[in-house]
Amino acid sequence: MNEAKRTKTISQTEEVWRRLKRNRTAIIGGMIVFLFVFVAILAPWISPYPPNEGDLAKRLKPPSKEHLLGTDALGRDQLSRIIFGARISLQIQVVAVFIALIIGTLLGMVGGYYGGTLDNLIMRLMDILLAFPGIFLAISIIAVLGPGLTNLMLAAGIYSIPQFARIARGSVLSLKEKEFIEAARAVGENDLNILFRYLLPNSMAPLIIQTTLRMATVLLTASGLSFLGLGVQPPTPEWGAMLSTARAYMITAPHVATVPGLAIMLVVMGFNLFGDGLRDSLDPRLRD
Amino acid sequence: MGRYILKRSLMLLPVLLGVSLVSFSLLHMVPGDPAELLAGEEANPEFIQALRKEYGLDQPLYIQYFHFISHVVRGDFGISIRNREPVIKLLKERFLFTLQLSFLSILIACFIGLIAGVISSTKQYSLFDNMSMVGALFGISMPIFWFGLLLMLVFSVHLRWFPAGGKGTILHLILPAIALGAASSAVIARMTRASMLEVVRQDYIRTARANGLREFIVIYKHALKNAMIPIITVFGLEFGYMLGGAVLTETVFSLPGVGRLMVEGIFQRDYPVVQGSMLLVATTFVVVNLLTDIAYAFFDPKIRYE
Repeated sequence: MNEAKRTKTISQTEEVWRRLKRNRTAIIGGMIVFLFVFVAILAPWISPYPPNEGDLAKRLKPPSKEHLLGTDALGRDQLSRIIFGARISLQIQVVAVFIALIIGTLLGMVGGYYGGTLDNLIMRLMDILLAFPGIFLAISIIAVLGPGLTNLMLAAGIYSIPQFARIARGSVLSLKEKEFIEAARAVGENDLNILFRYLLPNSMAPLIIQTTLRMATVLLTASGLSFLGLGVQPPTPEWGAMLSTARAYMITAPHVATVPGLAIMLVVMGFNLFGDGLRDSLDPRLRD
Repeated sequence: MGRYILKRSLMLLPVLLGVSLVSFSLLHMVPGDPAELLAGEEANPEFIQALRKEYGLDQPLYIQYFHFISHVVRGDFGISIRNREPVIKLLKERFLFTLQLSFLSILIACFIGLIAGVISSTKQYSLFDNMSMVGALFGISMPIFWFGLLLMLVFSVHLRWFPAGGKGTILHLILPAIALGAASSAVIARMTRASMLEVVRQDYIRTARANGLREFIVIYKHALKNAMIPIITVFGLEFGYMLGGAVLTETVFSLPGVGRLMVEGIFQRDYPVVQGSMLLVATTFVVVNLLTDIAYAFFDPKIRYE
């Protein structure tokens, strides 16, 4: 009895949180991600200048007290544009990953659960999407939809669907023969309930990890597309688009191209570190 | 092995069919009349009508698709709207260049990745290990296009060691190949380290050491050979990502590759060029993946018999 009292039971969430807190890289990654989200949300209040207003007399100025990160070719404050760029990037990441998470998970779970022709059809469709390597799939989608913020989010979203579908399918395949699913069937639960009340909650760990890591990939892809001129168009302060414009001034004002690149790298690194840490905490078996 | 290759090759067919269907659909999903799109903005109605007839665009979609496929398998990807040149001619020149760039990048990535991964695994938690893993983190987090610009700024503009862009000699390819290969070398280094760490803990490695073999032989002959099996899969995938990433590198360094051709095609609404590029790159990636799977089965007999 005493023994039972002494053993403190902790929930799975508490256990994950405990492991996450002990993981140094996860903490660093989490802090970067938190800072990025904080800056993105508070952009209108913390930005020193409006992002699209410039003073041509102050074009391409190096960092100074007045403009901490210098000014761009149109005399706009770089720091303000970076701050507002965080807002655009976060919007793209959240929308794109959400699209991929919902559609990919649904397709993967349905395919894995029902198997047979439906599964074959879904997975061949995913194979076709995966046949377009890396950013090429997103570019191909933009070729149809045309450039722009909304289409960029759609392209980055569709581009990420196969990864979620494969993970969800894999999870469902490994779980669907387990006793608790058999028990659910035995008590007369319908397929919809089994899929969403039993299989989905138990497949969450790899999906959460993929969501975090995918945030990094989507940012790299989206900024790449904007750099190519196929994504967000100037004067919107998107980091990739800013870099593209700054190319022309690489020699005379290298800071203009350095800052947006650093911002992308830092945020991608944050999501990668946090995702790796989450993976170690949520499912230590998945560790390299 | 022959049966495995045949089986794996047959599995390719539906994917290739799907890829061709996606490329074919491009022209029909873009808003507007396909014949007008193919004819270009300044074409007269007679020319549009002639094109409609020539390409069978007045036929049902499935016949058009059949028409498209029968041309593609004969190497006819249509005529570029802008250049009025056969698309296959443009693709040939540009694709060879992208292949060269991707090969050089994968060589650099393998060289750096394998060496860093092996040394890191043999000196786990040492300064070298920590530094190379931090380097790998930077490698996977850095945007290719930004890294390319930085390389250009330092090595072309300031140090003047390499040309800043264009094609001609091997020197023109070095910086773009490094920019393109950085992320892959990071992935290969991480994978090699993880795979090696697993292998060096096996009994047969302990036995090799107990037999008095030199450490160099144990690591490079016994351990690396076995650790290579999962690493091979990464090579195939990374080569594919290079074909994709080449779009960005080619833009940064103004290189005449297939990626840039496709992006230019999108801007110029040159749909036959976009279709051809999509088809060619996707097919290459699928074939590279097939070769990777075959290599994987060659090194790991278990795969063949599954």
